[in-house]
Amino acid sequence: MEQQEAKKDTAWSRFMAWIDERMPVTETMQYHMTKYYAPKNLNFWYVFGVLSLVVLVNQIVTGIWLTMSYVPSGEEAFASVEYIMRDVEFGWLLRYMHSTGASAFFIVVYLHMFRGLMYGSYRKPRELLWLIGMAIFVVLMAEGFFGYLLPWGNMSFWGAQVIVSLVGAVPVIGPDLMEWVRGDFVMSEITLNRFFALHVIALPLVLVMLVFIHIIALHHVGSNNPDGIEIKKDKDENGIPKDGVPFHPYYTIGHDLPAIVIFLILFCGVVFFMPEMGGYFIEHPNFERADPLATPEHIAPVWYYTPFYAMLRAATFPLFGFDAKFLGLVVMGAAIAVPAVLPWLDRSPVKSIRYKGMYSKVMLGLFVVSFFILGYLGTIPAGPMATVLAQICTFVYFAYFILMPWYTRVERTKPVPERVTTR
Amino acid sequence: MSGDEINLQRRYFLIGATSVVGGIGVVGAAVPFVRSWSPSAKARALGAPITVDISKLRPGEMLGPIPSWRGRPVFILYRTQEMIDGLEAQNPRMADPLSENEEQQPPYAQNLWRSRRPEISVMVGLCTHLGCSPQFLPEVQPQPFDANWRGGFFCACHGSRFDLAGRVVRGVPAPSNLQVPPHMFENDTTIVIGVDEETA
Repeated sequence: MEQQEAKKDTAWSRFMAWIDERMPVTETMQYHMTKYYAPKNLNFWYVFGVLSLVVLVNQIVTGIWLTMSYVPSGEEAFASVEYIMRDVEFGWLLRYMHSTGASAFFIVVYLHMFRGLMYGSYRKPRELLWLIGMAIFVVLMAEGFFGYLLPWGNMSFWGAQVIVSLVGAVPVIGPDLMEWVRGDFVMSEITLNRFFALHVIALPLVLVMLVFIHIIALHHVGSNNPDGIEIKKDKDENGIPKDGVPFHPYYTIGHDLPAIVIFLILFCGVVFFMPEMGGYFIEHPNFERADPLATPEHIAPVWYYTPFYAMLRAATFPLFGFDAKFLGLVVMGAAIAVPAVLPWLDRSPVKSIRYKGMYSKVMLGLFVVSFFILGYLGTIPAGPMATVLAQICTFVYFAYFILMPWYTRVERTKPVPERVTTR
Repeated sequence: MSGDEINLQRRYFLIGATSVVGGIGVVGAAVPFVRSWSPSAKARALGAPITVDISKLRPGEMLGPIPSWRGRPVFILYRTQEMIDGLEAQNPRMADPLSENEEQQPPYAQNLWRSRRPEISVMVGLCTHLGCSPQFLPEVQPQPFDANWRGGFFCACHGSRFDLAGRVVRGVPAPSNLQVPPHMFENDTTIVIGVDEETA
């Protein structure tokens, strides 16, 4: 194709030749798009990476526009959000796109990560790709947390108070560290200002950079697929994987574009008809201004943190000489971090769940169920029954990881075919 | 050794020396960025002591969460004789019944009722777990979270419980008793919070 175009001596080809001599535009496009060979058997589960990019762009663009009307001060922050909602032309839409986008981000990222768990996308040679992804996940959680304080509603205030107080559980330096993070003796405008800076500048920069190297690493090792077969091991005489198709146009037009359209339809449905999602996307106490003297009767984080929050609350007894508060912090931190070591926990001879044995399937199922139950428990008030259930689910959550070296080795796996299968 | 050979030893020494000097520079340059996050002079100045009039407070009532000291809600509880008498029987259920954790109260509040006077209790109204403000539930009646409730403070955030002296119940997430701030009685009905005879 390119050779034919080069032969046709048009103004466009001369222009591109001029550019390519000075910057590898065509070469880069080929490397990442038209000559990037993705396995031909990618299914529905492979759209969530692209969708998270779409949401990232949405968050950045709507975020920049919101910053134009938002005032990060203790006196005016809450009022400026109401100003955006009522007086700024289409301000309500920009704000709902941003708040719904935050929830959408976590939906697509959780599904993207689950895809990785199912098909063993973290296995060699994609360990680093997985680690970069985990870093993105952690930065995303921080980004959401800092952003949640900005409307300066009462849930913003007390939610942030609870999470910042977590830092205080660190032995010895905890209380001083807490004051350093807040910049004050309590949550205050000073805290609001620094969270604003982190939310709109620091973390978005880090996030975009991490997403960039995530894609660079992906295009170096190539996409995994539902069969967990390395398509690069079986190439034709031109060095092209027999089971690969060019990412563009096959996946861009045939796979990702329809997915983006369907996603945007659902997204707009939420933005226009249920932007608060019954208190799950925007919590009810957040329609009241922050009151440093009155905690809302029931504190719950936004839904995307609730599984981890439930695990934090599940630590109610001292163990190994540490008090329950510190253990809660450790359990929550470990729950967020433990998927990072998956590449070294999975000892199965096969990658994909399709060819793994019964133990892996049962454990993955239990893991997902416990994650959902924890997510629900994190939204309701603490009680004796809820605490016991949370403790059981926390145990299952960690068992999925800790027992993996054992159950992936002893189970009977199915033979993996030579070539990818399409069903 | 001829002139065009690479002296690896010297190269490694130079790389090492440059890295060390550069590293020291980075650490030094980080100081202002790290220090700028500490409470500013303005934030520290706003932490001044406050004076509270408790002449209208009646036995069994609590003044709070207003006033606030350093932006933190303060509970001022006027305990009845019945409440005071009930404290000792609670000792076995408490994690730190004798207030042995010295960071949580000044020496003059290190007693059974955790206050200067048995009836008037001054406490920072923030749970020692993750800083929510607990609810004041003085009635002695079974509660959904505690069938044996003898009155006290309940933090709905994570279910921590404290008795009427702010002592933490054993087996809840909160690690220590509610904090008693430095305070002193200016006269019978006026309390100054944030300062006492020792720090005045």
